[in-house]
Amino acid sequence: MLEVRDLHASINGSPILKGIDLTIKKGEIHAIMGPNGSGKSTLAKVLAGHPAYEVTKGQVLYEGKNLLEMAPDERAREGVFMAFQYPIEVPGVSNAQFLRLAYNEKRKHLGEEELDPLEFKDLLKERAKIVEMDASFMTRSVNEGFSGGEKKRNEILQMAVLEPKLAILDETDSGLDIDALRIVAGGVNHLHNSENAVVLVTHYQRLLNYIVPHYVHVLAGGRIAREGGKELALELEEKGYDWITSSVTGSGSSAVSVI
Amino acid sequence: MVSQIVKEENQYQAAFRQLQQRTTASDVAWFGRLRESAMDRFEQLGFPSVKEEEWKYTNVAPITKLTFDPALPAIDVDSLATSTELARFGYPEAQTSQLVFVNGALRSNLSSLAGVPAGVVAIDLVEAIADAKYGELIREQLARSADYNANAFTALNTACVSSGAFILIRKGTELESPLHLNFVSDPSAPNSVSFPRVLIISEENSRATVIESYAGTNDAAYFTNAVVEIVLKDGARLEHYKVQRESVEAYHVATTSADLGPNSSYDSTTINFGARLSRHDIHVKMAHEGAECWVDGLYVVSSDQHTDTHSVIDHQQPHCTSHQLYKGILDGKSRAVFNGKIFVRHGAQKTDAMQTNKNLLLSDEARVDTKPQLEILADDVKCAHGAAVGQLEEDELFYLETRGIHPELAKNLLTYGFAEEVIGKIKVDSIREQLDEAVLNRINARLEA
Repeated sequence: MLEVRDLHASINGSPILKGIDLTIKKGEIHAIMGPNGSGKSTLAKVLAGHPAYEVTKGQVLYEGKNLLEMAPDERAREGVFMAFQYPIEVPGVSNAQFLRLAYNEKRKHLGEEELDPLEFKDLLKERAKIVEMDASFMTRSVNEGFSGGEKKRNEILQMAVLEPKLAILDETDSGLDIDALRIVAGGVNHLHNSENAVVLVTHYQRLLNYIVPHYVHVLAGGRIAREGGKELALELEEKGYDWITSSVTGSGSSAVSVI
Repeated sequence: MVSQIVKEENQYQAAFRQLQQRTTASDVAWFGRLRESAMDRFEQLGFPSVKEEEWKYTNVAPITKLTFDPALPAIDVDSLATSTELARFGYPEAQTSQLVFVNGALRSNLSSLAGVPAGVVAIDLVEAIADAKYGELIREQLARSADYNANAFTALNTACVSSGAFILIRKGTELESPLHLNFVSDPSAPNSVSFPRVLIISEENSRATVIESYAGTNDAAYFTNAVVEIVLKDGARLEHYKVQRESVEAYHVATTSADLGPNSSYDSTTINFGARLSRHDIHVKMAHEGAECWVDGLYVVSSDQHTDTHSVIDHQQPHCTSHQLYKGILDGKSRAVFNGKIFVRHGAQKTDAMQTNKNLLLSDEARVDTKPQLEILADDVKCAHGAAVGQLEEDELFYLETRGIHPELAKNLLTYGFAEEVIGKIKVDSIREQLDEAVLNRINARLEA
């Protein structure tokens, strides 16, 4: 589904990603872990097409197509979804309006018929159950005045409505209390199936107790420093990131700006 | 240029003479004198130039250059404006409570007051002047709030008023349905001009909603010069919506002037969508304790439209509260001016005044001149003001795009969200829906383009 080859990216001229290789197949769950500043959020944003990042080298193939040539909205309509670490507030636009618009844009793209407000309301009601959100959230402005946990749940609600093939969740666990974490993780598990893939970008192992990954990739200094199964996350939990970052530094890698 | 302006003023003068002869209300001596005196003042003042501080950013030369033919109601052509054609300018909530004016003249055959309660008088202003029941009251109030000595356009309107609305909401009367003053320009000849004039008197403890709307049936150039005066007595409440949707070639210059009585409440929302050039002077005088006002607005302009709002909120007495939120959306090469003065006079203690002007620029060529001004002469007050001019945030756009929303649509959705702060507070559903649609239609137009 996704093939990342030797991906280099920089922001404002300073390199962040320095050669990432990653292969993701449908049905899989991958965890991208790493200390602060290792480039894991950058990887998520580059895959979603954030305009601030410049890809300087490498290739990303999504279902055989050149992902990097596609505009962010095109990627989304093709089934790439990113849950934001800090979801943006959109004052004046209700959650229901916004979701219906996004949903219908995708339907149009796929040559399917658009849903009218009433039809969509039914669909939304059903999907909202997945993240235990009640109707009052639908008439409120997108993310406006939402608590941190509500914003994250709202991201997963969007995922539930848009049904992406590739969902990248950027630090979706950060700032969540245990109940919200359980709801969010439950939602993701509910939505994951053999036809789609999930990428969890996270600092902590905690989330992986709830969403169990098939593969764990550890980033340090803009490169993948270590890869393994779910047990790698447990090892990190126990030992911290130091042993990995120091081994990267030790192997002569340049510019590891990680503390 | 100067001779052009003089020539133009002479045209108005000629029209004015005709008008004085024709209108029966001129028989009412005081009214005839008022008009003469306003015409004299207009001749002294002439059309304002950009050298005057209050007109610095708004050049009315295009208005003076056009050879306007003042559309006189008596010779109004009847070929136009059937009620079906006019339906699109009406609001369902006011179907049985609307006065329809075509080219400035009240058309009772197109109006309906079936839904207006007994305690409300809604009649033609000039007829009311000649009516013994209201003559004295109007004499007391007309041209009192809107000072024609200070503003040439107000002087011109006062001199040329030949039709309009007199609205009297009697003591304790509560209107359930909004009253709609529906001004439609249907220029049969190019460059017609109309002088809508409205006097609203809300007596003690009355409650009403008035919609004042302006629209054109076609894209011809015409000029609307309107003056609306509002008097609120003790404890009166008035919700006032002004919706300006003139044709894209039209010129619209208007003054709204409200005098607030003790403990009265004036809640106004002004929407400016139309006209090539629009100028709105809004003046709220709080000369009695305990009054409260909302003076909100939204202007949405594009291509080469120009819109100018000059607002004065005058706190003359203690314990008055004012709230002002004006938002602007500018695209193309459009230009907006917001000048908001808040005066807190000596002794107006415990004044609470809040003013905000926010502008969203959708193009690099659009321009806003915003000037919020606070002048405070009392020492125990709570006042705040602010102005902002910004563009859409890249992060916000990106967020919407990652949900599959086309960048142009994302832009417009955020723009719509920006406008909702003003549109959302409108309590008449059909106005709110109309504006939502107007903003969203803009979205579709942009997508198709």
